[in-house]
Amino acid sequence: MPDTGAMLPVQVSGLSYHAGGRTLIDQIDLEIASKGITVIMGPNGAGKSLLLRLLHGLLPPTSGSIRWDGQPASDAHRRRQAMVFQRPVLLRRSVAANIEFALDLHGNQDPARRDTVLSAVDLLDYAAQPARRLSGGEQQRLALARALATDPEVLFLDEPTANLDPAATAVIEAAVGRIRDAGTKAVFVTHDIGQARRLADDIVFMHRGRICETGYAVTFFDTPRTSEAQQFLQGELVL
Amino acid sequence: MQEFVAAFAEAFNLIVAGDGDLLEIVGLSLRVSLTAVGISCVIGFPLGAVIGIGDFRGRQCIIVCVNALMGLPPVVVGLVAYLILSNSGPLGWLDLLYSPTAMIIAQTILVAPIVTALSRQIVEDFHAEYAELFRSLSVPHRTAVTTLLMDAKHSLATVALAGFGRAIAEVGAVIIVGGNIDHLTRVMTTAIALETSKGNLALALALGMILIVLSLAVNATVSLLREASGQPADA
Repeated sequence: MPDTGAMLPVQVSGLSYHAGGRTLIDQIDLEIASKGITVIMGPNGAGKSLLLRLLHGLLPPTSGSIRWDGQPASDAHRRRQAMVFQRPVLLRRSVAANIEFALDLHGNQDPARRDTVLSAVDLLDYAAQPARRLSGGEQQRLALARALATDPEVLFLDEPTANLDPAATAVIEAAVGRIRDAGTKAVFVTHDIGQARRLADDIVFMHRGRICETGYAVTFFDTPRTSEAQQFLQGELVL
Repeated sequence: MQEFVAAFAEAFNLIVAGDGDLLEIVGLSLRVSLTAVGISCVIGFPLGAVIGIGDFRGRQCIIVCVNALMGLPPVVVGLVAYLILSNSGPLGWLDLLYSPTAMIIAQTILVAPIVTALSRQIVEDFHAEYAELFRSLSVPHRTAVTTLLMDAKHSLATVALAGFGRAIAEVGAVIIVGGNIDHLTRVMTTAIALETSKGNLALALALGMILIVLSLAVNATVSLLREASGQPADA
């Protein structure tokens, strides 16, 4: 089990990101808890995926800071995180070789570890198959397995089920649930209210690059405080 | 017309009979061009990859230069190689002029920019797709280069093929630094030029037919390799 106490919680202070003359993330202050699944939700264009990329260090913020357990974000922190993208990016190799690539980067060449993570997402029987010949759901499971291979302390998931059917979505959600139970912190982006209800321990609700509301999932879904969140949960258009 | 048909028939006979001179010329052509393409790939693939994913000052200038070098006229390359390798040139002491090695050097100068420029474009396209994954996994630069080259291997095989097509078909560079010496530096293209000027159309035609068949065979081989590996170009 990863020692999440080592780099969490993450504290975000005055975080902004500007591009093309527009403010896409606007002065965000946020603290993400050490345990469980934090779901970042909101309508399209709210800045959810962008916030995830900033947290993971894929993009440098225009201003503001991200601190992991009080320390400024660094490459060392990123090596203890992993990310699953909305559209899985797989190497043009076999399923097993995709896992081995991530393992090699962390100095682990143990085939047992490779088989363990493939088993965790029910892909062990496909180990020798070309990764890009898998179905969309299988590809996303492989991307998840590759992320898990590095034994991350924090796992970022950017709408990993956005293009999947319900069966494939259920497999991914079950895997994420097991990851949470194993002690890994998960930060999950979705605009699917049902999925957020199923997975979230706590919620970050965004709209137009700002955080409107944060809190425990049960509280958020029962008594949303902001009009944007209320509209969103009622299925109304949030403009 | 009758003369043309007779020349064709004689050319066919030369090929079927396995004429010694013909085989020698074909053999040397393949040795020179394949070696030049091999050296060009060793230089061009990693260089193209480094330029393709690099983020350094002057990168755009280098890309423009490499792209421009793709269109180098073979006779100019031959002339430059001649000046370098001639007795009064900086590498004259190597005594390589009018040797197959000189021809390999000239063809490498011709092909390496093609391999570098095309590899750069391919690797850059692959990197656009992999960049976020690499950043997420903190992939070191050297590992990124080797990974991109490995994953782009089918596309790079096509690049090598383009280089081979350029090398095997050019005449200007090899005739200047090789001299078209019988049994020493005579390759298919220089022999075709010579035999045509002498009126020996049969040998010229035979060599021309072999040149075309070789081109088809190399293309077919790459396609077969791709199919055998079970991966189309975009897989």
